[in-house]
Amino acid sequence: MATLTLRDLRKSYGPAHVIKGIDLDVLEREFVVFVGPSGCGKSTLLRMIAGLEDITSGELQIDGRRVNDVGPADRGLAMVFQSYALYPHMTVRQNMGFALRLARVPKAERDRKVNEAARILQLEPYLERRPKDLSGGQRQRVAIGRSIVRDPKVFLFDEPLSNLDAALRGQMRMELLRLHEDLNATMIYVTHDQVEAMTMADKIVVLQAGLVEQVGSPLELYHHPTNLFVAGFIGSPRMNLMPARVVEVTGSGVTVALPSGGQVTVPTSASGVRQGDTITLGVRPEGLHVDSAGQIAGEVKLVERLGGLTLLHVTSGVDLALTVQIEGSDATRAHETVHLSIDTAACHLFDKAGLALPRLVRHPMAA
Amino acid sequence: MSATLIRENVAAAKPPRKTGSLLVVPSVVVLLLWMIVPLVMTLWFSFQYYNLVNPEVSGFAGRDNYEFLVTDPDFWVSLRNTMTLLISVLVITVGLGTLLAVLFDQPFPGQKIARVLAISPFFVMPTVSALIWKNLLMHPIYGVLGAVALAFGLQPVDWFASYPLAAVIAIVSWEWLPFALLILLTAVQSLDHEQREAARMDGAGVVAQFFFITLPHLSRAISVVVMIETIFLLTVFAEIFVTTSGGPGNATTNLAFLIYARALLQYDVGGASAGGVVAIILANIVAYFLVRSIARRLEV
Repeated sequence: MATLTLRDLRKSYGPAHVIKGIDLDVLEREFVVFVGPSGCGKSTLLRMIAGLEDITSGELQIDGRRVNDVGPADRGLAMVFQSYALYPHMTVRQNMGFALRLARVPKAERDRKVNEAARILQLEPYLERRPKDLSGGQRQRVAIGRSIVRDPKVFLFDEPLSNLDAALRGQMRMELLRLHEDLNATMIYVTHDQVEAMTMADKIVVLQAGLVEQVGSPLELYHHPTNLFVAGFIGSPRMNLMPARVVEVTGSGVTVALPSGGQVTVPTSASGVRQGDTITLGVRPEGLHVDSAGQIAGEVKLVERLGGLTLLHVTSGVDLALTVQIEGSDATRAHETVHLSIDTAACHLFDKAGLALPRLVRHPMAA
Repeated sequence: MSATLIRENVAAAKPPRKTGSLLVVPSVVVLLLWMIVPLVMTLWFSFQYYNLVNPEVSGFAGRDNYEFLVTDPDFWVSLRNTMTLLISVLVITVGLGTLLAVLFDQPFPGQKIARVLAISPFFVMPTVSALIWKNLLMHPIYGVLGAVALAFGLQPVDWFASYPLAAVIAIVSWEWLPFALLILLTAVQSLDHEQREAARMDGAGVVAQFFFITLPHLSRAISVVVMIETIFLLTVFAEIFVTTSGGPGNATTNLAFLIYARALLQYDVGGASAGGVVAIILANIVAYFLVRSIARRLEV
């Protein structure tokens, strides 16, 4: 198992800078997820780590050794591709044993390793089949098996679940986590799906436009986003954002005036904001409550009932759209007028540059 | 009794098919005539004494035309030439075509123009390209190859006199290489690039990638090239007619040219028809093996 170190890693295609200087440490046995919108450079970064893309500048180390100029096969990594990239003319056994065959591993040992991987992945009945005779989930497992037999230092996954249907995706998520535990492996996983990132990662790296926006544990990102982008990207449904004006700054928080009237005091440090500044108030859907004494009045435009939970889409004032998460048993209906109160402990403030004001109290789950 | 009833019921349940069958009759009739009439006439003539020079000799010939054919050493030479031409051109076009396809798949400046140029020989008429090769390229006095040989202080080679079959093979390969390249290039381009990257991660070098990933991926396209080229290469005629007229001697006479010579140089319609029947049988034997092996390949 291995550690991975990225130091000011950059990638340009001619004048186009795709990766603009990334520093990152991946610890041993860590499950790291790169997440970001499409085009943010997360796949390129993974392919640079894999050795499939050249590194323009910066340094990539595996176990402390610089590997910038080492070929993809010699870095000791294995990659699972989005399309699985199975070799269609080979059986499952041949697919999984291909790397070993190229490395001239004796047949007996090759078979032993392939059988072992097939056992871990429950692929034993399918070893003599070809990829086209397998289901999507089985193909996915073969692609993972092809990585396992190489006994790599680091597993790389490039959006491996995006070709599966929703039910299978949930199941494969569990299997990958189990595999991570069983193999004690370092894994780097690329996805655009923040649910996958939240549920699987030890450490999430949020990328945008070739830069790291924030690195942290899933709940750290959820409860302490450092900027507007991370706040909006992590969490589903998205955080509600509304413009507000700073009324008072004290040691115990910042008091802001809401556009709909009323004030809330948010327990954040007041670094750099002054009375009268405009500021963005962020509050997650579960931080808003239907409350007849609430400060925000609005009309329920749409109700999404998920069973256990219900989402209300409320419009307050002219064009302030808010999402509110309430109990599934709540009887609020569309086109009713509701009042909403804000849970100040769940609020975030972002200054003009989009940076979060640090909160005074750390969330217990995001130590 | 009950069975008849059921059958009648089934027939009644379906809409009347008479109109449909009637409507396809014209095209079926035309196709049948198109195929059957020449076939039957060839068969018929092959059992007749029928020589345009000597109309006196006529009537049923029995096996005479066939006996005359198989005892003619020219016939066996022409069979051998046909197969040599076929196999050589297949090997050259598929081999070079695969390599060129992989090469043209790589990005390089001027790639599009290079592709058009590489494919253009296919658009040149066989007679024209044969004439160009004969008079502008391979001619020992006026040809480019002769000039090149002289420039190196070598004796120019009279290709059509010294290596006639090889010269014809070169021309036909030049004509068919673009076709192989076109089919194989599109096949190479359809190869999933992630597969190649996966192979790279698995430790496959350029050569291993070619043999383990690209070549198996191309096998289907290669089958198609082999099948289509075989159909056309069994009947190569224009190139031989224009360059060597089957000579010197019978060195470049293939079956198609032999039949032509029998019918239109020796005016022996009966003998030529017998040759034609042999060509039909040969084509069917080749087609049988080809279709069987390719059908199996296409299933995979």
